[in-house]
Amino acid sequence: MTNPNVVLHVADVHKRFGGLHALADIDLQVEEGQTHAIIGPNGAGKSTLLNVIIGKLAPTSGQVVFDGTILTGRKPYQINQLGIARVFQTPEIFADLSVLHNVMIPALAKRDGAFRLNMLRGLDSETGILRESEDMLEDVGMFASREMAAGSLSRGDKRRMELAMCLIQHPRLLLLDEPTAGMSRHDTNTTIELLKKIKSRGMTKVIIEHDMHVVFSLADKISVLAQGRIIADGTPDQVRGNPKVQEAYLGGTH
Amino acid sequence: MRIMSRNDLLLFLGFTVVVLAMPIWLHPFGAAYPDLLQRFMIFGIFAVGFNILFGLTGYLSFGHAAFFGVGSYAAVWSFKLLSLDAIPAMIFAVVVSGVFALVIGFVSLRRSGIYFSILTLAFAQMSYNLAYSVLTPITNGETGLQLNLNDPRYLDTTMGIPTAGQPVPTLLGQSLGGFAGFYFCAGFLILAFFIAMRITNSPFGMMLKGIKSNQTRMNYTGFNTKPYTLAAFVISGMYAGLAGALLAVTDPLAGAERMQWTASGEVVLMTILGGAGTLVGPVIGAWLIKYFENIFSAINETILHRFFDVLPDGLDNALVAITSKFVGEGWFLTLGLVFVLIVVFLPGGIMEGVRRIAHLFDRKPKGRPGKAAPQPQPAE
Ligand SMILES: Nc1ncnc2c1ncn2[C@@H]1O[C@H](COP(=O)(O)OP(=O)(O)O)[C@@H](O)[C@H]1O
Ligand SMILES: [Mg+2]
Repeated sequence: MTNPNVVLHVADVHKRFGGLHALADIDLQVEEGQTHAIIGPNGAGKSTLLNVIIGKLAPTSGQVVFDGTILTGRKPYQINQLGIARVFQTPEIFADLSVLHNVMIPALAKRDGAFRLNMLRGLDSETGILRESEDMLEDVGMFASREMAAGSLSRGDKRRMELAMCLIQHPRLLLLDEPTAGMSRHDTNTTIELLKKIKSRGMTKVIIEHDMHVVFSLADKISVLAQGRIIADGTPDQVRGNPKVQEAYLGGTH
Repeated sequence: MRIMSRNDLLLFLGFTVVVLAMPIWLHPFGAAYPDLLQRFMIFGIFAVGFNILFGLTGYLSFGHAAFFGVGSYAAVWSFKLLSLDAIPAMIFAVVVSGVFALVIGFVSLRRSGIYFSILTLAFAQMSYNLAYSVLTPITNGETGLQLNLNDPRYLDTTMGIPTAGQPVPTLLGQSLGGFAGFYFCAGFLILAFFIAMRITNSPFGMMLKGIKSNQTRMNYTGFNTKPYTLAAFVISGMYAGLAGALLAVTDPLAGAERMQWTASGEVVLMTILGGAGTLVGPVIGAWLIKYFENIFSAINETILHRFFDVLPDGLDNALVAITSKFVGEGWFLTLGLVFVLIVVFLPGGIMEGVRRIAHLFDRKPKGRPGKAAPQPQPAE
């Protein structure tokens, strides 16, 4: 139970919405540097689990511990400042700001903390932040669109930009909620390549994904969620061979 | 570290020249007299400050006239108790309205959207009513707060500065009537514009834009948005207080009607008419509204009859009957009508109109939407 490599521990978490038991007795341990995939049918409670981790929702009972710090009860901005960033299922971006500014804002949050009255300098004299942001956009292949309004990007590009917004903070834990949903095959492939590239940087990731191709090519561990419960977890091979999973999920869709 | 980009410098210099030369270029429009020019400056400052909260941060306050009024009262009290010099009055007014904004902002910002607007409106109406009731020892109620020959003026007395005749505000002993008053206010408008420009282009300003665009994302990005919105609220409250104080400098009589909801609504109209979120838009909005207010409210039925004189009698009378509803006291009707037209057809205000026209003449094929592009428009 006390594995020293565990960086994120979701401990006995329950979440009820009225009569709906959206998360039941969830116990999830994610090891440092690993990519942990969460799969399961629609409505299984996957997004709800991420919402509990980042402080958008308070669990009905149980708690979330990140690297020895209890996250439960903290505000989303405090949780982010501890080094946790998230890509949402529907992109949360600054639609009417430029792509470059979308990436500069999280970079400033990382450098300046939760609040700083920084109004004497011009934004364009923040050369360090500027260069870092441009490099980041280069990395995700979006440098050319840096002046565009983020709201006018294609769905796939919004996702990639949101990913860049998270990556520029060098989070210790990155949460990805269906990062390739609604993307074309081509966009999906470039996104997987990108995710593989960050994998080599040793960042811990929790990824929710429907595309089994994506899951099996990225994950070190997989947890299968159905009706708010974890019905199986283990390495990709263990999960693939599990008859319960075959029945509840993989058999149904593939 | 560069102080300003080239575009910003040009914008600032251009703005300064336009403001200082107003007595010249407004001459053909019949608007180059000190009283009106002073109001252009004062309401320009009010709108520039309001825009920091509304245009940049996205919080629509319906109670900013309260801070304007507080600034006026504070300035008149400074004239009465401290000195007839305008500088201590301005400082005092800005500090007092800032503290006032801190308290009201702290409570109102617990909510956002329409609830925030309602809270600010409620606070402003409360201040307005208090000024007429419990607070009459401070505000002098309906008579309004004014200067007296036998005010103590402790600072002036200790420094042995005598007052000859009716007391009027001064700057280092110089009277601030007429064009001197205009240039005094103009200096503050230029300063106010400069500071607003710095804020807009700073990392802090970027955060305010982020809050307007997507507050949820700001939170998940690691920002505590509360102190940012409160800072924006207090800054814009201080701008309002500064404007109110200037009005007291040019006319040292403070009345509670300055705090009424119509006055709060007016600054909203100015900002939207000119273009919320742009730098010069709110100033232009303020100028236009004050200019047309001046013209329309002076028109009466006699003038209308003279205007429609050439027409046959029946038609003449009918037209006068209709148009007279829109002038004089009815100026607010015209204002409301213009506002509806702007919101429906040109939601970005005059600045958006300017941009659209500029776009027509701009033949260069543009691959990018201009809206968020930082460089091409110096106005943002
Ligand atoms: N804020 C909420 N209030 C009420 N019910 C919710 C809320 N969020 C999610 N749910 C419900 O919880 C269940 C799990 O949802 P979700 O976590 O989004 O599933 P998914 O696994 O598809 O991401 C669904 O039945 C959903 O309707
Ligand atoms: Mg989901």
